[in-house]
Amino acid sequence: MNLQLKLDDAWFTVCPAGAVQPGRGVAALLPDGRHAALFIDRSGRAYAIDNRDPFTGASVLSRGLIGSAAGRAFVASPLLKQRFDLESGRCLDDEEVAVQAYEVRLGQQ
Amino acid sequence: MPPILEAAARPTLLLVGHGMVGQRFLEALVERGVADSHQVVVLCEEPRAAYDRVHLTSYFEGTSADELSLTPADFMERHGIELHLGEPGQSIDRAAKTVTTPAGRTFAYDILVLATGSYPFVPPVPGKDAEGCFVYRTIEDLEAIETYAKDAARGAVVGGGLLGLEAAGALKGLGLSTQIVEFAPRLMPAQVDEGGGAALLRTIERMGLDVRTGAGTQEIVTDEAGRVTGMLLTDGTQLPTDLVVFSAGVRPRDQLARECGLEVGERGGIKVGEECRTSDDAVYAIGECAQTVDGKVYGLVAPGYAMAEAAADAIAGFPGSFTGADMSTKLKLLGVDVASFGDAHGATEGCLDVVYADSRSGTYKKLVVDPDGKLLGGVLVGDADAYGMLRPLTGSVPPVSPEQLVLPAGAGGPVKLGPDALPDEAIICSCHNVTKGQICACGTLPEVKQCTKAGTGCGSCVKTILQLLPQSGDKGLCGCFGHTRAELYEIVRVKRITSYARLLDEHGRDEARGSEGCEICKPTVGSIIASLAPAIGADGYVLAGEQAALQDTNDHFLANMQRNGSYSIVPRIPGGEITPEKLIVIGEVARDYGLYTKITGGQRIDLFGARVDQLPGIWARLVDAGFESGHAYGKALRTVKSCVGQTWCRYGVQDSVRMAIDLELRYRGLRAPHKLKSAVSGCARECAEAQSKDFGVIATASGWNLYVGGNGGMTPRHADLLAQDLSDTELIRLIDRFLMFYIRTADRLERTASWLERLEGGLEHLREVIVEDSLGLCDELESLMAAHVAGYSDEWAETLQDPERLARFVSFVNAPGTPDPTVQFVAERDQMKPDLQVLIPEGALTAR
Repeated sequence: MNLQLKLDDAWFTVCPAGAVQPGRGVAALLPDGRHAALFIDRSGRAYAIDNRDPFTGASVLSRGLIGSAAGRAFVASPLLKQRFDLESGRCLDDEEVAVQAYEVRLGQQ
Repeated sequence: MPPILEAAARPTLLLVGHGMVGQRFLEALVERGVADSHQVVVLCEEPRAAYDRVHLTSYFEGTSADELSLTPADFMERHGIELHLGEPGQSIDRAAKTVTTPAGRTFAYDILVLATGSYPFVPPVPGKDAEGCFVYRTIEDLEAIETYAKDAARGAVVGGGLLGLEAAGALKGLGLSTQIVEFAPRLMPAQVDEGGGAALLRTIERMGLDVRTGAGTQEIVTDEAGRVTGMLLTDGTQLPTDLVVFSAGVRPRDQLARECGLEVGERGGIKVGEECRTSDDAVYAIGECAQTVDGKVYGLVAPGYAMAEAAADAIAGFPGSFTGADMSTKLKLLGVDVASFGDAHGATEGCLDVVYADSRSGTYKKLVVDPDGKLLGGVLVGDADAYGMLRPLTGSVPPVSPEQLVLPAGAGGPVKLGPDALPDEAIICSCHNVTKGQICACGTLPEVKQCTKAGTGCGSCVKTILQLLPQSGDKGLCGCFGHTRAELYEIVRVKRITSYARLLDEHGRDEARGSEGCEICKPTVGSIIASLAPAIGADGYVLAGEQAALQDTNDHFLANMQRNGSYSIVPRIPGGEITPEKLIVIGEVARDYGLYTKITGGQRIDLFGARVDQLPGIWARLVDAGFESGHAYGKALRTVKSCVGQTWCRYGVQDSVRMAIDLELRYRGLRAPHKLKSAVSGCARECAEAQSKDFGVIATASGWNLYVGGNGGMTPRHADLLAQDLSDTELIRLIDRFLMFYIRTADRLERTASWLERLEGGLEHLREVIVEDSLGLCDELESLMAAHVAGYSDEWAETLQDPERLARFVSFVNAPGTPDPTVQFVAERDQMKPDLQVLIPEGALTAR
């Protein structure tokens, strides 16, 4: 099983699912030069958002801790701890801020 | 706001003296609106506004002058009060209604209030003014004693009363061998009876203080230069000493009043009536300078406060009076609890005693009752916990027999007589006369202090107040756990839970079970599992299995993330001691990787600017050269600083470097609720700044003094002295216990300083638990630490050995060889710094 995210209309394979420890994230370099942060939670569900922390500009969100609040998964930035919803990319601590969220799947191709 | 013209026409109220009672008086004026209707002017002799003289000795324990202050910074300004510091009243002209100061300034008054306090009594013996003689009254006195004591080895205190014992404790704390000379046949003659004095004497002598009772001072002996060398006592004893503190009682400062013809008592004190008015209707006197209608001069703060209230009432036109006061007190002197209340000396006709005395433990308790069983008063020495309960019961028949009230646990007692048993009208705070009913009307301790002032005087009632208040709501760690960190620690320890998921699913809040958890509880539980790893059978390596998913990013990559996503690296340099060869290795690694280097405050070297994919290569070289992780990234022991100590320094008395290295190697890798810092100083000059550390060690001629709970940072705190003159073995055993007890009971991200502040019973409780082993915990605490020490291994060495673990040290999982292009640097002062420009894309949100 591979971890894949959707770019335009194609699925982009990032890595084998086993390369991501449940509860943590990895960073991926996308073909256009952007960085994505991919996560797998303890139930095996995958998420992907932009890796750039909009508060500091550093490419670090993949290194944050994930958690859940009211049933929705989030990642807390490792720098200043703002939380981002993993499905929508919305910042939970500042409603004017959001990062891009990607469609993601565990697929065979 | 009244117009200015009107303000100028307001009558002037002049207060001479701004001590504790003076400040309380000003507050009482404000509360009654007098500060608005009058122009209030204050003359203060000391260079600083009113401070807490009752807790003066805590100045030596690290409490700053600011912390002792009783005057809120904007108090005077907010209430339009004019305060003149360093300007005492020198003479009063009652006909002209003016007060003149030594600076020659004259202040007019319509109402004059004297709160000039008292002065220390110095017996008129030859040599009393020699260099090395001090009194114990103001912060300046303490500063002078502290300075002089630096070149002194022995100190003597004249007076074995309340203040004398405070002063003796302070001298001992300054490292002097200390002697107490008391004229009366027992210590604290005013407060305790013969039995209580004997219990106190034994306990104080056991602490190594030399006590001479029944002896007066005949002469202070000096050398040719006029410096104190000893004392000659009335019993003929020659007592060698370098320093003398006179603390033999106080006398009212009534000179101003005498000179302007106000009536003064035979044994001193400005005579006042029930409203605290003197023989001149325009002049009041309050506090220790006044002789009240019962013919007494009160030297305690609570009656002074009551007088301040009475005078403010009279000035405001309210009914109020002061006719006498309860002399009850509870104190901790030299660590010994001493309390007396009501008719402590059994002066009431026909009264009876119930006494419990245990000279082994230094406990003495006496209750005075009348034949019908009504409690009249009592004396408690050594264990005064019951004071908060007994004093309010005075005047009533207690719900249980007096025998049961004095017996210790397991000997017929204890009767758990909580504050619930008190009637609503029972006085809980005797400094401010606050009843149980008034306290129960508030919700929290800060509210109680603000609304009723209870607990803001001597502070002895705070414990009782806390027992009266409802427990605050949710103390849970986070949205996932309803337990506190300390409770989770116990659950993990007792049930030997090594998995976060299991802990969350079995002990989390209902709505959080089965969920992902959160960024608060994950690292907290990760830390608890790491602290307890050897005891619960978990892997001691913080990145093992599921534990890796719990760690904050710094622990996860064993380095400290910096603002541009790069990392800094701190190799351990135990005690700050390092060979030239190792320094060269650090220099070479930094040069080869282009790292920015900076010396840290903890005597180590920090290497900045490594990309995540460079960490293994850097550490391979460091480990190869004999370095190991410095845990700068962890809530763990950071460093143990040291001075060079006896080995090199002419002042050193112990080998502080060796001890620092021993301690650092012993506790390295220990995970805790927050970071832990330490230091070892080789002499009392304290160059290693051990008193600002979580645990600090200072060498003495005969061993080590251990200080705990210090902190620098945002809220600096001087550490408290936990134990003195310890051997190496005793020192390490005590630190083992201290750290493990802290790890067991502290909250998440709670440093030892705030933990100790919060700990119920404070330092004394800590001492009971880890020195006297009152909870029987010490064996367990020590064996937990022994297991930690035995199980330690270097996290970086372990990580380097495992290719799977190394695989996560990449910038991109799908391009392991590609560095993160946003981690860039620019030159600054011959090194490099993060290039923040690359982090801000055009037209994007501005980084904060």
